[in-house]
Amino acid sequence: MRLGFFLKESLRALRRNAAPSLAAFATILITTLVLGVFIPVMRAATAKTNEVRNKIELEVFVHEDATNAEVAKLGSSIRSTAHVERADYISKSEALRILRNRLGTKSDIVNDLPGNPLPASYRIKLDDPGNSDSVKGSLQPLGANGKPHFISPAIDEIKNREDDTNKILSATSTIKILLAGLAGLLVLASVLLVANTIRLSVFARRREVEVMTLVGATNWFVRWPFVIEGLIVGFFGGLVAVGLLWVAKATVVDPLSDRFALIAAPQTIQFTLLVALLLAAATAVSAIGSGLTLRRFLRV
Amino acid sequence: MRKNNGSKQGAVTAGSGARNGTPAVQLRDVTVVYPGGNVGLDGASVAIDRGEFAFLVGPTGCGKSTFIRLLMRQAQAGRGQALIAGRDIGKLPRSKVPMLRRNIGVVFQDYKLLPNRTIYDNVAYCLQVIGERRSEIRRKVPEALRLVGLTTKLNSYPDELSGGEQQRVSLARAFVNHPPLLLADEPTGNLDPETSVGIMQLLYRMNRTGTTVIVATHDREMVDRMRRRVIQLREGRIVRDQHSGLYLADESTSEFAARLENGVPAAGR
Repeated sequence: MRLGFFLKESLRALRRNAAPSLAAFATILITTLVLGVFIPVMRAATAKTNEVRNKIELEVFVHEDATNAEVAKLGSSIRSTAHVERADYISKSEALRILRNRLGTKSDIVNDLPGNPLPASYRIKLDDPGNSDSVKGSLQPLGANGKPHFISPAIDEIKNREDDTNKILSATSTIKILLAGLAGLLVLASVLLVANTIRLSVFARRREVEVMTLVGATNWFVRWPFVIEGLIVGFFGGLVAVGLLWVAKATVVDPLSDRFALIAAPQTIQFTLLVALLLAAATAVSAIGSGLTLRRFLRV
Repeated sequence: MRKNNGSKQGAVTAGSGARNGTPAVQLRDVTVVYPGGNVGLDGASVAIDRGEFAFLVGPTGCGKSTFIRLLMRQAQAGRGQALIAGRDIGKLPRSKVPMLRRNIGVVFQDYKLLPNRTIYDNVAYCLQVIGERRSEIRRKVPEALRLVGLTTKLNSYPDELSGGEQQRVSLARAFVNHPPLLLADEPTGNLDPETSVGIMQLLYRMNRTGTTVIVATHDREMVDRMRRRVIQLREGRIVRDQHSGLYLADESTSEFAARLENGVPAAGR
C-alpha cells in the first residue's frame, strides 16, 4: 500500500511538473546515446590494437645443414624458454607455400627460382609482446668471452624486427591510454550532466519539500517519490536511447560490418550486454542522483 | 509508528483544558542566535498552559517567528531549554523531529500549501504522512474542510483560491490531526481585516476544543478585539506578559511623551 502511494506520488509529480522531468529525460537519453556509440567503438579500437600487438613475434632461422635431431632439440629448448607461448616449425617447403600465398596471382615468379632459397624457421609466439628482448637474450646468451652465441648450432639467425616492434608497442600503448582517458572523461561528463539536471528539477520543488517536512513527513517519506521518479525518468530515457541504438545498429552498422573489419571485430562488446549495462547505469544514476540531491533540502 | 503517535497525542490531550500540571509550552531562559549573528531570542522565559490561547506580539524582528521556529525545531536554542509537554525538544534526535511536528499544527503567513495538489490532497497529505488508513482519511479530510467552510472546492488547486480561502485550507491542514498544539505565524498578515476576523474565529474555535493555540501577529485590531493573553517581545526579550491584554500596554501620557522624546518608535505599527 505504501509502495502504491509513493508510485502515485511520483506519477503525479511527473504529470504536474513535466518540464524539469523532461529536461532530465532528454539529458539521460542523449548521454546514454553518446556512451552507447562510444563504448563499442572504443572496445573495437582496443581489440584492434591488441591484435596488432599480438602479431609481434620472434623468428629463429635454422641452418641449411642442420640435422633433424638438432632441429627437434632446438624446438624443445625454445618451447621450454620462459615467456614463450608457442613455437611453430615452418619447414622450407611450408615457407615457400606461405610466400606463394602472399604473392597471390604473382606467385609464378616463385616457379622461376632455381630451388627453394627459403630457410626453415621457428615462429615464436610470446605471452606478451614486451618480452621479446628477454626471449631473444635467452636464446642467444653472452658467452664467457663476452660475445653472444646461440644456444644451438642449428640456429642461423634470430630476428625480432626490433624497430617495428618498438614502434608498434609505443603506438598501441599510447592509443590505449588515450582511449581509457577519453572514456573516463565521457563517463564523468555524463554523470555530472545528469546530476545537474536532476538538481535543477529537485531545486524547482524545494519549497514543496520544505512544507512536507514541516507537516511531519520523515525524510524517506519525502524521498521515495523522488527516487521512484528518477527511476522512471532514467529507465525510459535509457530505453529510448537503447531503442535508437538498436535501430542504428540494424540499419547502418550491420550492413556495413561485412565490409569493414573494424566494425566486425569479434572482440567488440556484445549488444545485449551493452544494452543491459546502459539501461542499468541510466536508471541507477538518475534514481540515486534524485535521492542524494534531496538531502540538502531535507535539512530543515 | 502510528500507535506510538496516537498514544503520545492522547497523553497530551488528556490534560488539555486543565490549568495545572505541565505547561503545554515552556521556555526557560532561551537564547537563539542565528549563524549570521542575528539574535532571535535573548533569555526568554515563559510558560503557556494547556488549552491556552496566546498572542505573541511585537515589531518585525522582535523574535516572534523565532519563537514559532523554535517550537517547530527549525531553530535550536543555543542556551536554555524549550519544552513541549514537559519534554526538552532540543534533546530530540533529528530522526524524531517528524514525530514532534506531527503533533503540532502550523499555519504560516504565506500558507505554504503544496501547489501541485488539490485542496483535498493538501489536507490529506498530513494524514498520509503519519500512515493513516484510507478510510480514516476519507472521513477526516471532509470534516476538517467543513470546519473551515470549504466543502465546495475540494478539487481546486491552491492558486485557484483567494488568500483567505488558502489560509483556511492551511488551517484545515493544521487541524485535521487534532494536534494538542497549534502554532500560527502571522496567519492574517496577508489578509484584509474582514477575512482576518474569519481566520481568528476559526483559531478560537479550535482553541475551544482544547488545543493550545499560539499566534504570532502584529495585527493590532485582532489582538485588541480577542482580549486573550498577550506576550510582547522586543529584540528577543519578553517585555510584557499579560492576561486578556491589548496589543499595546496602557501607558500614561508622560510615558508616551518620554518615548516620543527618546525617538523610540512605538511597538507595532
